[in-house]
Amino acid sequence: MGLGAYLAVSGALLVIGLCVCIARRNLLFVLMGIELILNAANLNVVAFSRFSGTPLEGQIFAIFVIILAAAEAAVALAIVLNLFGVFGSIRPDRPDELRA
Amino acid sequence: MEAPVFLFFAALAVAGAGIVLFHRSVVHAAFGLMGALFGVAGLYLLLGADFLAVVQLMIYVGGILVLLLFGVMLTPDDKAEFSRMRVGGTLFVVGGGALLLGLRAAGAESWAMAEGDLAEPVTRIREIGLAFLSRGHSLVAFELAAVLLTAALVGAVMIARRRVEAQDESTAEHVRETSGGGN
Repeated sequence: MGLGAYLAVSGALLVIGLCVCIARRNLLFVLMGIELILNAANLNVVAFSRFSGTPLEGQIFAIFVIILAAAEAAVALAIVLNLFGVFGSIRPDRPDELRA
Repeated sequence: MEAPVFLFFAALAVAGAGIVLFHRSVVHAAFGLMGALFGVAGLYLLLGADFLAVVQLMIYVGGILVLLLFGVMLTPDDKAEFSRMRVGGTLFVVGGGALLLGLRAAGAESWAMAEGDLAEPVTRIREIGLAFLSRGHSLVAFELAAVLLTAALVGAVMIARRRVEAQDESTAEHVRETSGGGN
């Protein structure tokens, strides 16, 4: 399969992840959408580096993105749990003041 | 041989993402996300990035997804937030825009890429390790990632722990202050 097929899959994942972030009113869904977007970007980077003849660079970049995603997920879940403890809800539009 | 395997993994990834977008229950959405992550790992394998596929399975499916499931268990499942109208409309607008941009980019035909015939499709793990530890490549980023992960771990624990003792201390201090002011 050529580069275009991988880019199409990556684009579909990006679109769906963005829609999850925008349209679902639950912070856990927003986190899942962010993971989907990061996966789409990773797939894009790896496919481009594979088809441009330097497969190592894209893979190392993708590994760093995965590291950042892991750190982001840990901190974001801690924040979500704290928000639920303070506001009693995990809808993204519910926290409307910084100091409750 | 390659095309059916590619189609299988691509369909798995997109269908899993579709479940995340369109399913009411957050638990089903988490399992859909697992399907999507498996699909992307399979696509990594097809791209010759076997180490990256294993890393994807270990960190995403084994780590981030389990973390998300803990979040699911500790928060209520609010099924009333889902609105087919809103989700469908957003997908229509964002997908339509992306489709137009993609058709424009595909019509440009300016990709200067080698198609397929590559000498060494599979990257050796040894090369990746050497790249991580060579000063000319990404040693600094590797060490910074270690610092970042430590900071994220400590920060997550600090944010998520219960602040019972701290509150007790501050209220005790408050009481002491007010009583001292009263005297």
